[in-house]
Amino acid sequence: MSTPTDQAPAASAAPKPTRIPPIVTLDAKFFWDAADQEQFVGQKCCDCGLFTFPPRPMCPQCFSLNRQIVPLSGRGTVLGWTIPRHPQPFGFKESPIVAVIQLEEGIRMVSNVVGVGYDEIKADMPVEVAFEPTMNNHKVPVFRPRA
Amino acid sequence: MTRKFTDAAIAGIGQTEFSKASGRSELQLAAECAKAACDDAGISPHDIDGMITFTIDNSDEVNLARCLGVKDLAYTTRIPGGGAAAAATIYQAMAMVNAGLCNNVLIWRAMNERSQYRFGQNPQQQQMQYQSGNGTGSLLWCVPYGAMTPASWGALQAARYMHTYGVTNRDLAYVSVQQRAYAAKNPAAWFYGKPITIEDHQNSKWIQEPWLRLLDCCQESDGGVAILVTSLERARDLKQPPVKIVGATQSIPYNVEVISNYYHEDLTEMPEAKGVAKRLWAMTGLKPSDMQMAALYDAFTPHVLLQLEAFGFCKPGEAKDFVKGGGMAIDGALPVNTNGGLTGEAYIHGMNSMIEGVRQIRGSSYNQVTRRTVEHVLISSGMAGAVLEKA
Repeated sequence: MSTPTDQAPAASAAPKPTRIPPIVTLDAKFFWDAADQEQFVGQKCCDCGLFTFPPRPMCPQCFSLNRQIVPLSGRGTVLGWTIPRHPQPFGFKESPIVAVIQLEEGIRMVSNVVGVGYDEIKADMPVEVAFEPTMNNHKVPVFRPRA
Repeated sequence: MTRKFTDAAIAGIGQTEFSKASGRSELQLAAECAKAACDDAGISPHDIDGMITFTIDNSDEVNLARCLGVKDLAYTTRIPGGGAAAAATIYQAMAMVNAGLCNNVLIWRAMNERSQYRFGQNPQQQQMQYQSGNGTGSLLWCVPYGAMTPASWGALQAARYMHTYGVTNRDLAYVSVQQRAYAAKNPAAWFYGKPITIEDHQNSKWIQEPWLRLLDCCQESDGGVAILVTSLERARDLKQPPVKIVGATQSIPYNVEVISNYYHEDLTEMPEAKGVAKRLWAMTGLKPSDMQMAALYDAFTPHVLLQLEAFGFCKPGEAKDFVKGGGMAIDGALPVNTNGGLTGEAYIHGMNSMIEGVRQIRGSSYNQVTRRTVEHVLISSGMAGAVLEKA
């Protein structure tokens, strides 16, 4: 991976994204590929219906290898959150809000909560998925407050 | 060769100085602390026949064996999971001796973690280092979101616990202040002679707002620590009073992972430490009130509280009051991390606090527990633990 240079020339139309792209493993490729298309998907067992995250090639409940990729509602709540102050996270001009999101499907993931002030973020806050760009033309799911 | 169960004991401990710039190679630190542990036990390094370290230790077994003149190495293994697995080195050494496979097992961890490289400093480089067995799952799912340091993963782990039980950052100060008070009296500690106050803690900068300040975080250190494990029978004839490993175990419950531990059922507890506790108490027939001291892995202060609860020293949510009331002080119900812990003494990946447990049983700590005779000590690194006993 090359070192990012975010000193865009003045003529540039929009600032280049500086967020680090995900490391993509074969078992999670479907998740990040979908995110690039602004689709939020999960992994479900074809045989017993169990949702799994992080993705894995075998169902831990019935040991089936039949995995299906299904759209997720994108709705969840904030289980826990933190604001990294020092060191300033690489690729962020301002400290992000990092959160563990409890999704409606019963699985969890780490993400950011965006569009909310540092003094407004609260545990159990309802959120919904959105997408933000990263370096190298990728996108990652993030979450914003939902009514 | 006949096989029988052999009790294991810690016969020797060794360490280098703890610094921010050792000025020498990690291999040299490893050799120095290993030699010190052998000298402490009164055995020749030539007779080491088992070697254990962490998967992420940079020193090679053969290179270290060459330094020490090890004649015939019968067993080598490495423990995954970073510092969370520290006590699992004792677990494996115990098992090797129990099974009669080795007579002199050397455990070591040596690192220039401050001067040569720093954890969580360069995410681009960290991405390159993603590999199985090193507790780096956090890199896959956290780094794109700005959670790039152990402190960020640790804070996110502690957040739900602190939120649920109303644990404030000021509550954590009592852990930090107590450990620095211990460190202040320990000449080996980086913060020797430098106690802090609650206000010092509260004035230190936010690392992870609103959970962790600078003084909630372990140090970054250079140094090495080694432990020599042998049979209890043999240890009785060696230089030091033998410290029996009465039990040791590891626990990685379903959906638990090192530090980026967000997928298990109840985020207000540490299921791996609960699993260790359950097995350890069953294995030894002992209980929390039988312990006169504990060495608990304290990369970040909330994890001391979580372990106190997981091992049953406190009920869920009550560890903050236990600590505030002086519970982990030298005359408290359970003196904890009397070396100063990883915040006060040094961060040698938990190993330095484990050998403090050995010193407490020998009666040789700079902060010796004297209110009670130290018969049993609990060692926990979260995912693994051991109970040491005065033999």
